[in-house]
Amino acid sequence: MSENNVFLLDGEEIPFTPGQTVIEAATAAGKYIPHLCWHPEFKPYGSCKLCTVKLIGPHGGRLGSSCTLAAQPGMEIENRTPEIDDKRRTLLQMLFAEGNHFCPSCEKSGNCLLQATAYELEMLSPHFDMFYPDRPVDASHPDVLLDFNRCIMCALCETASREVDKKNVFAMGGRGILGRRIHINSESGRLADTDFALTDRAASICPVGVILPKRKGFAVPIGARKYDQAPVSAQVPGDAK
Amino acid sequence: MPESLSTVVAAVLDRHRHDGTRLMQILREVQEEHGWLPPQALTAIAAAVGWPRCRVEGTADFYSFFHTRPQGQYRVLWSDNITDRMLGNTDLMQAMCRKLWLEPGRVSEDGLVSVDTTSCTGMCDQGPAILVNYRAVTRMTPQRVDEVVELIRGQTPVAQWPAEFFAIADNIRRKDILLGHTLVPGEALAAALERGPQAMLDEVKAANLRGRGGAGFGTGLKWEACRDAAGDAHYVVCNADEGEPGTFKDRVLLTSYADLVFEGMTIAGLAVGARKGLLYLRGEYRYLLEPLEAVLARRRQDKLLGDAILGLGGVDGGFDFDIEIHLGAGAYVCGEESALIESLEGKPGRPRIRPPFPVTSGYLGQPTTVNNVETLAASCLVAKHGGAWYAGFGTAKSAGTKILSVSGDCERPGIYEYPYGITVAEVLADCGAGDTQAVQVSGPSGVCLSSEEFGRRIAFEDIPTAGAFMVFDATRDMFEVAQNFAHFFAHESCGFCTPCRVGTTLVKNMMDKIAKNHGSPYDIDELFKLHRLMQGASHCGLGNSACNPIFDTLNKFRPAYERRLKSLDYEPAFDLDGALSQARQMTGRDDAGAHLTNEGTAA
Repeated sequence: MSENNVFLLDGEEIPFTPGQTVIEAATAAGKYIPHLCWHPEFKPYGSCKLCTVKLIGPHGGRLGSSCTLAAQPGMEIENRTPEIDDKRRTLLQMLFAEGNHFCPSCEKSGNCLLQATAYELEMLSPHFDMFYPDRPVDASHPDVLLDFNRCIMCALCETASREVDKKNVFAMGGRGILGRRIHINSESGRLADTDFALTDRAASICPVGVILPKRKGFAVPIGARKYDQAPVSAQVPGDAK
Repeated sequence: MPESLSTVVAAVLDRHRHDGTRLMQILREVQEEHGWLPPQALTAIAAAVGWPRCRVEGTADFYSFFHTRPQGQYRVLWSDNITDRMLGNTDLMQAMCRKLWLEPGRVSEDGLVSVDTTSCTGMCDQGPAILVNYRAVTRMTPQRVDEVVELIRGQTPVAQWPAEFFAIADNIRRKDILLGHTLVPGEALAAALERGPQAMLDEVKAANLRGRGGAGFGTGLKWEACRDAAGDAHYVVCNADEGEPGTFKDRVLLTSYADLVFEGMTIAGLAVGARKGLLYLRGEYRYLLEPLEAVLARRRQDKLLGDAILGLGGVDGGFDFDIEIHLGAGAYVCGEESALIESLEGKPGRPRIRPPFPVTSGYLGQPTTVNNVETLAASCLVAKHGGAWYAGFGTAKSAGTKILSVSGDCERPGIYEYPYGITVAEVLADCGAGDTQAVQVSGPSGVCLSSEEFGRRIAFEDIPTAGAFMVFDATRDMFEVAQNFAHFFAHESCGFCTPCRVGTTLVKNMMDKIAKNHGSPYDIDELFKLHRLMQGASHCGLGNSACNPIFDTLNKFRPAYERRLKSLDYEPAFDLDGALSQARQMTGRDDAGAHLTNEGTAA
């Protein structure tokens, strides 16, 4: 590694290897940049914008998505500043307002990246008027329930199904707030009519509670779950290793 | 699948060689035959092109002009740009719905007809405009509404409707070097071939030709970057997805200057080393497809396209180039060059992560130069007359001329070509605008100018523009203009990134709340907050500029907002007392105790 391959994240030097993105290098260095659609196993998708950071200094004066931003020597980046975290909080509130997120009754509560990130960023209310969209669930599959009410359009299921499972069970399609949704790879649109299996990587990739295994409710009690143990900022760098 | 449908699907698939990158054309042609895209058709198409079905459906669901549910035999769409509104489209559409016993957006019970709105169809100088089964009809009047209703009731095929319904005027009001050119087809191309690829590129650089789509990137630099990028093939793409509300100059160029546009593409092909060009035509201009194909056929016959152009064959000097036309299907975001390329590849028009930029990784991952219709047409002038000649027009930083699409409150709406550097006031005088309050330059994503700014100039260094020039006189309510634009962006957001997908709808809802007199200064603060987030955090230019019209009008026409605010303090988004009205009705009470003030206490 060259001495020069270093950038500043909130004033701390972060080493990187050429080709790494800012979030990759930061995570490897044990730093947490909030994110939802980024996953260390996959290429960046860049839709949630939670990983937005601010470039200051010579490269600076603009916002960028740290999951797609290539690390460059001498970059100066603001991450956990009040200004940027405030923008992230608004993005989270947007996600909570556009879907139907009822944390207290959700099986994913405590294991949900959206919820954990909202705690991390001290989001106290959805702030905006809720959209209450009509998103029917798909309970057709014998082993898996799809509850689209919680979908944050991160496309991780699409990516995992395509890249790991080689099945293409899911595809993000449609347009805008009303149209954008996951398309299921069958003429009926039902998961039961695809070759999806509980053992697929895509079955366990969902950061929120859309893809849930059936007949396995609340096996670990709320209070003893992943993000009940420690906040997301303390867990992500370790998880990625 | 019924046999009639499977025959249609099979024929269309054969015509497109079962090529998934031609999915947009496959879907459109099946729909033109069958009226909509049934699930079985999507399954068959997916199998034939070898794509997962969900991806084919994802594309079909993305575009406003594709329908995965039955739509009725006649589909009427009213162009809903602010200029159509100003010409009375709302009343006319209501009248049409009343006469057809229809609710907007719903297919009639008998499956005959549906009536709805659509984004600007590019007929702003001859509105109010509609699309009937995706054919453009202009100059709607109460009488024409009656005639259309009768034709629909009588189930007269659209092809048999009176020709004058479909007459579309060029309305060219001022010509300069481009619209007044005297080139014959092939003349500029011969000059370019004579110069050779490198010298042609040098001339474009010397001309200081910059992109006419609004961003103003140097055309020579773009061509050079594309040429220098390694790839199996290079591509020239003409961006004719003229979706910015208020813009219609590309329609006129493609109607009456198509040779110049295709010739410019060919010259670009020569300069970047491409053998293939693609023209992406917005779906609203479907009626131009056959005339444009005819021009291409003629140019092939005249050896201006195809193998060994102008008879130059052999090892040195030979140049092969041909052009395909792809139709879009109602998605403004495809005007963004990487979204346009996605669409060309048969996918939803979602802007790509950049870098890499299209010049290195564009169509099919190959080096691609995407240029505006007007830029390519102008390159013919550079080929013929040279860069120095071209750079002699306009200003130091903005060489040449710009075509403006003028609409709104003026006597002579239409097409005006000026050397760069013209002031807004001069354009207003030429088009016969009086008592002008504001001009929206370059469409909703551009800038709203108030009368103090009419001395400013159309030029990259002052007011860059893709060409829209919408005029608003003193009788217009600038809040309604901004509200119309807010609805436009909410409809056109691709939905990929959070700030734009949710933000455009939040902005729309807040503008509607203010319009209903439920707003307060709190909402104004919220609009500014969303502007600050969306501008910078969004994935592409659509989200980044979606709040521009709100920001401009709030700063320059604040009274238009403030006179709508319910109070200067906090107001709830809903009417507390109104919420009790049902309970009052059920209990038969209307005494003081059954009412709430909006402070939440009993009246």
